[in-house]
Amino acid sequence: MRERIKPLLLPIAALLVFEAWMRLAAVQSDSLAPPSAIALALADALADGSLLAATRDTLASAFAGLAIGGAIGLVLGVALGLSHVLSRLMEVTIEAIRPIPSVALLPIALIALGFGYRMEIAIVAFACVWPVLIVTRAAVGGIEPRLIEVARVLRLTQLDRIRKIVLPAALPRIVLAFRLAAGIALIVAVTVEIAINPLGLGAGIMTAQQALRPDLMLAYLVWIGVTGFALNAALTAAQQTLFGRAALTDDNA
Amino acid sequence: MRWSVIAWRCASFVVAAGVIALWQLAADRRLISPVFLPGPDRAWASLLRGFTSGDLLTKLTGTLTHMAYGWLLASVAGIALGAMIGSSKAMRIYVAPTLELLRPLPVSAIIPVAIAAFGLNQSMALFVIAFGSLWPMLLGTIHGFAAVEPRLYEVARVLHMSRLAVIFKIALPSAAPDILAGMRLSLTVALILAVVCEMLAGLDGLGQWVLLSARAFRSADLFAGVMLLGIIGYITALAMGAAESRLLRWQAARR
Repeated sequence: MRERIKPLLLPIAALLVFEAWMRLAAVQSDSLAPPSAIALALADALADGSLLAATRDTLASAFAGLAIGGAIGLVLGVALGLSHVLSRLMEVTIEAIRPIPSVALLPIALIALGFGYRMEIAIVAFACVWPVLIVTRAAVGGIEPRLIEVARVLRLTQLDRIRKIVLPAALPRIVLAFRLAAGIALIVAVTVEIAINPLGLGAGIMTAQQALRPDLMLAYLVWIGVTGFALNAALTAAQQTLFGRAALTDDNA
Repeated sequence: MRWSVIAWRCASFVVAAGVIALWQLAADRRLISPVFLPGPDRAWASLLRGFTSGDLLTKLTGTLTHMAYGWLLASVAGIALGAMIGSSKAMRIYVAPTLELLRPLPVSAIIPVAIAAFGLNQSMALFVIAFGSLWPMLLGTIHGFAAVEPRLYEVARVLHMSRLAVIFKIALPSAAPDILAGMRLSLTVALILAVVCEMLAGLDGLGQWVLLSARAFRSADLFAGVMLLGIIGYITALAMGAAESRLLRWQAARR
């Protein structure tokens, strides 16, 4: 029991000291607010629904982008993993496009698609393609060769071979890739909103900052942290229930 | 064997050239409006023009400077803090869980807070980039320290080594792979945050350049900027990879 309390001591102490300092010194600031005020602002924003609506917008864009980018990454990853020829031929092209930071595409998406969901989804999708592609390619390329031989002996068609042998064999690592990509999707979505897109949590925190409401701004910050943590915890739990211990062995891959 | 590798590389470059040719064709046939998609010829011309007569070089160095300062600051702070936390069991129990809790926070969410605290200027960008790049290195260092072979610590105790000696002679070298992996991850984070900060604060840099080009619908300039950002990403990752394999050569030899 005591072991479980120890990790909590530091954050609780920090919050108490912070609260006491803000109250006793009567600090007036545009960037800081006492934790109690942040908690109140958070409760208010939750009660009037603005925070939940913003969360919905952000998560919708993040997941739509994850679905599109993940699907592209998955198809390319399977194709490149199955065919060494294709993989080697595409290497330079992929290595040339991959290092472009996703936010650099922001202005292109802005003039091509305008503000709104579509540009955000496009950028999130671009960012999600790469982790899924790279991990899937490695997972498919590393499948036990005898399984491929079995598929050949059974004279499975190419589609059946992928559906019945390749995807199930590579599934644990593909799910891992999607978990990593989901984290990236949320980060990119929030970043796009903070940088430019008037939508969701990122826009909410920018508005609170510009309205000189440090309590609301920090409440948004806390909420964004909670969202990120919850998403990560939920996906890790899902991965573990799906694959048990097998899911964890590749975690550092 | 070596020749086949080179041949594959060449074939791969040919494919990439084919993709660029397709891009040129799509732009020439105006399949996509030239307002959004300039041909590679126009983007290249704009890149050259930006370097010879424009201020693209200033923007490039601006972005590189932002990245480098923030990243170096984060490296020093991250490794020092990580060593402090990782080398003490008490700190690992009390402090590390809080840090793990903060890990999934999208770091860009700190930007508005930094703007409120510092205003729209260089110190804001420096703070954001350093803060964002800090996490991978900090957690990597802590993880690396925690994973040091326990017998090495026993050896240190037998030899009566001081805590500093243990850190420098045992823990840091054996945590090096984790620390370097964190540094490589941070490099990507630093580039992304540098671009975002330049866009928001209008600091001299490629982020500002691409955004202004887009606002003025100068798509060739925009693509030139994006290509440069890709090149920065590629070269920094390449340099980091080279540094990594050089610094870890002794470990590869041991295995």
